[in-house]
Amino acid sequence: MTTMHSNTPKALFAALCLGGLAVYPLAAGNYGLDLVTKIMVYAIFALSLELLVGATGLVCFGHAAFFGIGAYAAVLLSPESSAGQLLWLLPTCVAAAAAYALFMGALSLRTQGVYFIMVTLAFAQMAYYIVHDTPLGGGTDGIYLNVKPVLAIGGTPWLNLDGAQPIYFFTWACLVAVFLFLGLLLRSRFGRALAGIKANEQRMRATGFSTYPYKLAAFVISGAIAGLAGFLFGVKDGYVNPELMSWHLSGAVLIMIILGGLGHLRGALIGAFAFALLQEFFKSEAIFGAFAKHWTLGLGLTIIASVALLPNGLVGLPAQWRQRLLGKARGVAPAGEQA
Amino acid sequence: MSEVLLRGQGITRRWGGLVAVNDVALDLKRGEVHAVIGTNGAGKSTLINILSGEIPPSAGTVQLLGQDVTAWSQPKRARAGLGRSYQRNTIYPGFSVLENCRLAAQARTPRPWHWWQSAQACSASNTAARQAAQQAGLGDVLASPAGSLSHGQKRQLEIAMCLATAPQVLLLDEPLAGMGAEETERMLALLATLKAGHAILLVEHDMDAVFRIADTITVMVNGVVIFSGAPAAVRSSPEVQAAYLGGH
Repeated sequence: MTTMHSNTPKALFAALCLGGLAVYPLAAGNYGLDLVTKIMVYAIFALSLELLVGATGLVCFGHAAFFGIGAYAAVLLSPESSAGQLLWLLPTCVAAAAAYALFMGALSLRTQGVYFIMVTLAFAQMAYYIVHDTPLGGGTDGIYLNVKPVLAIGGTPWLNLDGAQPIYFFTWACLVAVFLFLGLLLRSRFGRALAGIKANEQRMRATGFSTYPYKLAAFVISGAIAGLAGFLFGVKDGYVNPELMSWHLSGAVLIMIILGGLGHLRGALIGAFAFALLQEFFKSEAIFGAFAKHWTLGLGLTIIASVALLPNGLVGLPAQWRQRLLGKARGVAPAGEQA
Repeated sequence: MSEVLLRGQGITRRWGGLVAVNDVALDLKRGEVHAVIGTNGAGKSTLINILSGEIPPSAGTVQLLGQDVTAWSQPKRARAGLGRSYQRNTIYPGFSVLENCRLAAQARTPRPWHWWQSAQACSASNTAARQAAQQAGLGDVLASPAGSLSHGQKRQLEIAMCLATAPQVLLLDEPLAGMGAEETERMLALLATLKAGHAILLVEHDMDAVFRIADTITVMVNGVVIFSGAPAAVRSSPEVQAAYLGGH
C-alpha cells in the first residue's frame, strides 16, 4: 500500500525539479531557455499520455493528433495582424483538441488491444492528412503565427507571450498546474477506478463499474491536456506544420513515458527531459562531428538499451540500484538475475 | 418458503451450431447454496456468465429480485445486487487488501466517479471495505499487498470484493480451485456463514465440498440439466451416476 511516508520523497523530488525549472532562467541563455521551454511542452504532452497509457492501460498511438490540433487552432484562430486574446484563445484550442478526443475516443474505445492502437493511429492520420492535403493547414509548408497572444484584462495587457521568458514561465505554470491536477485526479475515486480498469477491466465490470464512460472521460481529459501542450508549442515557435500530427510524434511521446517509467507522473517528466536531451546530445556536431547527422541511430540504440536494462524506466533506477546493493551485501544476485 | 432472489428460465446459449447451454431453468433462494456440477464443457461457466450479464443469452430470461434483468448490462446487474467471482483470481495484485475491497465498494456508493475527492477519504467505501474483509477473514491483512497473499487468501479476497458491493446473490465460479485441505475448510466455513443472508450459486469440481455445503444440486451434461434436487437425491440418481458421478 502506498503510504504518505513513502510518497514524501517522490513529492520532494517533483517539487525540486519544478522549483529548479522556476529559477533556471536566471542562469540560462536564449538557446537554453528555448530548449527547456520545448522540453516542458513535451513534458505536458507526455503527462497527458501517461494518464491514458500508464494510469488507464490504453495504449494510444494517435496522440499527436490532439497536440497538432491545439497547435493549429492556436495559429488559425489568432487574428492575422493583431494579438489574440489568451483568455478565450487558450480554452478554445484546448476544447478543440478535447472535441476531437471525444470523437476519436467514442469510436476507438469500442475496440481493445492492438485494434485500439491501430484505430487511434488511423484517426490521427485522418487529422494529419486534413492539414497536409488541404489549404486549411497550409499543406507541407505549414502556417505562421504572426502575432503572439496576450492576456489582457480591461484593455490592460497583463501577459504578452511574445518573448522567451514570458512563454517559458507560462509553460512552466501550465506544467505545474497539469502535474498537480493529474496528481489529484489519480488519487481521486475516478483515478482509482482508472487504476482498477488498467489492472482488470473484467473485474471492474463485475463489481458494478460501467467502464466505458470512465475510459472516455480519461481519453477526453488526456486529449485536452495534449491540446494545451500543442497550443504552447504553436505559440512558442510561431509556426506549425503537419509533422506536429505525424505518427512519429505519437511514437516519440510513447517512448518518453516508457523511458521515464510507466505508471508514474514523474516518469513522464523525467522521460520527456531524457528523450529531448538525448536527442540534443546525439545531434551535437561538437561531440559527434559528421556522424551527428545520423543522430537517430544513436538515439534509437540508447533507447533500446534503456528499455532492456531498465524495465521500470528511469524512475525505477534507484530501486534497481538499491536491490543490486542489497543483493551484493547479502551475497546473492538481484532477483532478475537469479535465473 | 425461501425467497427467490434470482430466477433463470429457458436459458439457452448458442455459439453457431454449438448449443453451450440449452433451456436451463433454476431458482436461487436466500439462505441456500445451489451448486451446479458437471464435467468440463458442460456449460456451467457459460451459465454463470449469462446470469451475471457478461454474455447475453440466445433465449430465455433472467430475473433478479423479481425484476427482468435479461437486457441489463453486467455492471447494472452488479449494482442491483448480483456479485460474482471468477475461476481465476481477478484481484488487483498491486493494491492492498483494503484497496481491493474499497474499490469494489466504491461502485455502490453515490458518485463513484468523483474526480476531486480522494478515494482514501471516502468513509462509506472504507467502512464497507473493512466489513467485507473482516467477514471474509482478511481483517488481519488489510494493509498487505494482494499479490503477496497465499492462494487461499486470494480466493477469500475474491469473495470479500464481492461482499464489498453488498450483493444479495453470489455467483461463485470454482472458489475452491487449487486450495489445500485447510484452505478448503476455511472457505466452506465462510460460505456457510454467507448462506444466511445471500442466495449462492456455486460451480465447483470438489464433490466432497459440494455435497457438504449445497442445499440443491443441479447436474449439467453437454449444456443440458439432467437432474436437479437435494444432495441425497442427486447421489441416488442412476442418471447422474451414469453420466457424471461414477459411483461417488
